[in-house]
Amino acid sequence: MYNLLIGGAAGQGIDTTTTILRKTLKKSGYNIFTAEDVMSRVRGGHNYSTIRFDSEEVFSHSKKLDGIVALNEEAINLHKNELNEDGFILCDKSVENDDLRTIKIAMDEISTEIGNPKVIGTIAAGSVLSLFSESLDDAKEIVKEMFDERLLGMNMEAIIKGFQMVESRYPKLKGKGEPKLIVSGNEAISLGAIAAKIRFYTAYPMSPSTSIMGYLASKSEQVGVVVEQAEDEIAAINMAIGASYAGVRSMTGTSGGGFSLMVEALGLAGMAEIPIVIVDVQRPGPATGFPTRTEQSDLKFVISASHGEFPRMVISLCDHNDAFYQTARAFYMAEKYQIPVVILSDQYLADSHATIDTIDLEGLPEISKSPIGEDEEYLRYRFTEDGISPRLIPGETDNLVAIDSDEHNERGWITEDAGVRVKMTKKRMKKLEKLKEELIEPEFLGTNLFDTLLLGFGSTKGAIKETVENLNSIGEKKYAALVFGDVYPLPKKLLLEKVKNAKLIINIEQNATGQLADVIREQTGITCGYSILKYDGRQITSDEIVEKIEKEG
Amino acid sequence: MSTDKYVTYETAWCPGCGNFSILSSLKTALEELKIENNKVLMVAGIGQAAKTPQYINTNAFCGLHGRALPAAVAAKIANEELTVIVDTGDGDSYGEGCNHFLHNIRRNVNITHFVHDNQIYGLTKGQASPTSEEGFVTGIQVDGNINTPFNPILIAIAAGAGFVARAYSGNPEHLTSIMKQAINYDGYALVDILQPCVSFNKVNNYAYYSQRVYELEDDYDCNQKVLAMERAMEFGDKIPLGIIYKEDKPSYHSKNSVLKKGKPLVDIPYDKETVKKIVEEFK
Repeated sequence: MYNLLIGGAAGQGIDTTTTILRKTLKKSGYNIFTAEDVMSRVRGGHNYSTIRFDSEEVFSHSKKLDGIVALNEEAINLHKNELNEDGFILCDKSVENDDLRTIKIAMDEISTEIGNPKVIGTIAAGSVLSLFSESLDDAKEIVKEMFDERLLGMNMEAIIKGFQMVESRYPKLKGKGEPKLIVSGNEAISLGAIAAKIRFYTAYPMSPSTSIMGYLASKSEQVGVVVEQAEDEIAAINMAIGASYAGVRSMTGTSGGGFSLMVEALGLAGMAEIPIVIVDVQRPGPATGFPTRTEQSDLKFVISASHGEFPRMVISLCDHNDAFYQTARAFYMAEKYQIPVVILSDQYLADSHATIDTIDLEGLPEISKSPIGEDEEYLRYRFTEDGISPRLIPGETDNLVAIDSDEHNERGWITEDAGVRVKMTKKRMKKLEKLKEELIEPEFLGTNLFDTLLLGFGSTKGAIKETVENLNSIGEKKYAALVFGDVYPLPKKLLLEKVKNAKLIINIEQNATGQLADVIREQTGITCGYSILKYDGRQITSDEIVEKIEKEG
Repeated sequence: MSTDKYVTYETAWCPGCGNFSILSSLKTALEELKIENNKVLMVAGIGQAAKTPQYINTNAFCGLHGRALPAAVAAKIANEELTVIVDTGDGDSYGEGCNHFLHNIRRNVNITHFVHDNQIYGLTKGQASPTSEEGFVTGIQVDGNINTPFNPILIAIAAGAGFVARAYSGNPEHLTSIMKQAINYDGYALVDILQPCVSFNKVNNYAYYSQRVYELEDDYDCNQKVLAMERAMEFGDKIPLGIIYKEDKPSYHSKNSVLKKGKPLVDIPYDKETVKKIVEEFK
């Protein structure tokens, strides 16, 4: 496995370097995981990407670096302590740096010769690909894909010159080399929505969710999905609900701050029983928090957001594969149970890219329409055994479809009848009983004969998986983990079974208060003996988890 | 003209309320336009006026206070074959929902917006609304309202609305005629309907309006924006009724790349081959 960091100031071309490397290395058959560490500014500051690649699967990012591609001096100073002894630092020859691992190349000079300082990133990518014994032809093909006519010539020259400036140093790792897909978390969510026949997406731009809207907008005409930028998040969710009521699959996406504005309408979707999918790509809060960084601190908020009581489902995305399939499933669950489904993602997953196996469109769940008797009067909120009432689309039949945010009778008309109120509340909540039967249990990782059980949810899965594998390969003490995707309602079967054998339970979460542990304790009485919590806006790595666990003994 | 088709059940409105006349004018307008009731979608937020969709036999979406417009425009985006009418109050439209009011004028989705403007909050029993006059005394504005009244007609014209009208619940024939023209307009159409609140507004009552309202002259040219803005500012001793401003402009559906092809969004089929092609792009 190799791990590189590309660092510099915003606007210097980190993204170009990372994209060329990601695409070329994938083309040559590697599994890849890239992560972004970006400041909330358009120019300056310090940004970096990491790109980890191997012939085997790669689950997460790491801070143990084999190489640093430094587009400025700061990148070296900030990261050289993370560099392996035999790693390399690639930088411009003007950079003052006496580290023996340094490879200096004339990036600035060549970019001046080429006539555009922005090609520095492409030159650096060329050099890195040569170091790792990649093919220049592959790199040239990727460059051809990436740049339009105006910039292609310059970047082609840059990639060739960069490639020729350094010698090959690292052998190519042998692997299966099968063609795979490479997607970011937000792209995978968008693809999941497209595969589930999304027809309407509406949002107010908010990092780190905005690229979902951007991707869907780029496919709007091809797919037949209307993408509407709302005036605020309140409009966005109310629009999504209105469109869904009128018969099209709808989604909205935001981050915690926008979700805060949406909560009243979340209850409307619950009360009126209108299916919608809401993506909360979490970032550190409260208030504006860290706009471009990561956290898992909205869990308790989204499972209880909005006043009153109504059924909902919350799915946290564990990896890029999940981002596709669980988004498609969210549409299915929302429509089947006529409820709001919240997808919990985070900045780390949203902006990171990973290789995944080919997406299978055949296995996606299909929704069958609720049957309505020929002669019976149409009642939008008919009391049924499982609580799911027949949902018709207005205008599609002669029947009229009335929905109400007020408490209503079976017809959908406002009522203050005490008996109807109780029956309607029971009807709505009953839907959860059936839904619970198709919850997905948390993923069990590690060995069945374990001492310590780790608990986590969402995007920390990769790091937890690596942790369990590493610890089990080095020590006597054995580890296992349960990582939750479905978090509300909470699937309990596997949890109750596994905790019986655990000598110690440790929760690993990207928040300050241990929200998953709280939810588990509230719903099962199970308490965790120790918490590993990280809330500095940076995603936890397996090394950090191992270090903490080893310290605890 | 029989209006039985749209009849539902007993209302929760006070006897003498202007809402009754607006409701019956709306039923007449829909009957005369010969729109099937299963193709009509009435949308409202919360308030006394916002109960209107409950009292008319059509599809009904009674959503959240202030949020009728986003739900309505999205329903129209989803299915352009529905006649979508937002029928709600001044608090819902200009207070809680004012941001949506401004931005949906800009969006210009082909819906009709009837605002029951009684210059008071009725359901919450008598507080100032955005259109209450300065000095208007309520249980909350005890020294009289100190805020400048909101002028929905002027603001709608300024924001770019293509159909801006005012009507009065005390003149149902005129109201019905305006309603029909608003429904037929291809784009966002606003009708601000003056309406007495017999329970809580003792100032802007039937006598008050009857003395002031007048129908625009036959030769009034509603296509002149600056003149229309002047008329929009006429709200005092004399209050004009009628289409104050009208302009043909392309609607949302005619401009959106998906919708302008003419197929309702709800009818666009799922094409697995397209989805496969898109997935392949990530190889």
